[in-house]
Amino acid sequence: MSETSEKISAYLAPRRLDEALQAMADGDATVFCGGTDLAPQTESGARQYQAKLLNLRRIEGLCGIDTGGGEIRIGAATTISDLRRNAPLAAIAPALVEAAEHFASEQIRNAASVGGNLCNASPAGDMSPPLLVLGAAVELACWRDRAVQVRRVPLEAFFVSPGKTVRRPEELLTAVVFERPADGFVSRFRKSGPRPALEISTVSVALGARIADGRLSGVRVALGSVAPTPLRARHVEAALEGRPLDATTIAAAVAATADDARPIDDVRASAWYRGHLVRVFVEEVLNDVRRD
Amino acid sequence: MMSVETEIRFKLNGREVSLKVPVAMKTLAMLRDKLGMTGTKYACGEGECGACTVEVDGRTVNSCLMYAVDCDGRELVTIEGLRTPEGLHPVQQAFVDHGAVQCGFCMPGMIMQAKNLIENNPGLTREEAQRGLEGNLCRCTGYTKVLDAVEAVVSGKSCGSRP
Repeated sequence: MSETSEKISAYLAPRRLDEALQAMADGDATVFCGGTDLAPQTESGARQYQAKLLNLRRIEGLCGIDTGGGEIRIGAATTISDLRRNAPLAAIAPALVEAAEHFASEQIRNAASVGGNLCNASPAGDMSPPLLVLGAAVELACWRDRAVQVRRVPLEAFFVSPGKTVRRPEELLTAVVFERPADGFVSRFRKSGPRPALEISTVSVALGARIADGRLSGVRVALGSVAPTPLRARHVEAALEGRPLDATTIAAAVAATADDARPIDDVRASAWYRGHLVRVFVEEVLNDVRRD
Repeated sequence: MMSVETEIRFKLNGREVSLKVPVAMKTLAMLRDKLGMTGTKYACGEGECGACTVEVDGRTVNSCLMYAVDCDGRELVTIEGLRTPEGLHPVQQAFVDHGAVQCGFCMPGMIMQAKNLIENNPGLTREEAQRGLEGNLCRCTGYTKVLDAVEAVVSGKSCGSRP
């Protein structure tokens, strides 16, 4: 065991957001919610603890899903299980709930948080592609000038590299927000791994678009596990935008995946296989939308 | 060197417990090493196998991933909490009756997860049980009999089930 827990000098479990942000102001806090990523990463030595260990689970107002207004809001501490069981959300953003359905195992879904999954910034993070196609943004809060300050960052600008985001050490991701999709919005999610459960995805694909008269508009396509960060597939989107969803368009979109995906060889799959899976999944989700 | 400790209070199998734990200690280590409750098993230690499954506030989690400090103010049920003065819990009895137990190491976690699934969904189908038990690995590969046992409890056909 190569834990660095002796570096921890204080444990905090605040009830209020401002207390948490004040504790984080010096940028020396390790925050956790479910601990499902932090625990194995610190046990293996891949990550070091900071001076303060900060539990987010007791902060009031940090969890919950608000689907009432024109803007949908998911609190950072909301568990994947809560997301999976939210019927209004399933109607608004089926691809997101579908991703929650295939997230790890029941035990992990009960503990893991949406905010934690995003901050872990894995190229394979299951919440990222469906939230990217919803045009989501994250709220980052910090304590400055004796007040809580919040900035919004579009999710596609949030990820920097594996494990790295634009979140500053004194900032806390408090919520994910996205505009209520317009009428006619469709979304799909596909993920692949050797077994359905507890698998870090080999490749994942999400699609979100409005469909009217057989044409797609406002097209967003996101890919997971094919680059250092989850990403928007701009070339695939361009091949689809405003075009009739027919065999020619689908073939063009499938071909365009080569311009967006930059997969690597690793223990889970070869770059060639990942490239192949992206093509298959893009074709599948488009054919699926076309059939409906 | 040990990390700093903090005092926590929680309910464990219906009993109030209070103790000091190192702040980075996991719930599994607290149960086994601090409280001597070794029914919950340590296997993979990274949330992949489910042998350490316990219930926290009515939901199952991998206790190897859960920080012990996070137990504060919550309610835990472990495999030791299932047995009643009358005997085994119906799910435990069904596992025995159906020969679901081979080496037995995965069983405490498997039974905690199965019990939770049945309690939350009295009409649990075999497919739902299969999906719900995805996070529990049995390396003797005895899944068929595990699912048989779960099905028997749901349909009331297990001799261990109570009215």
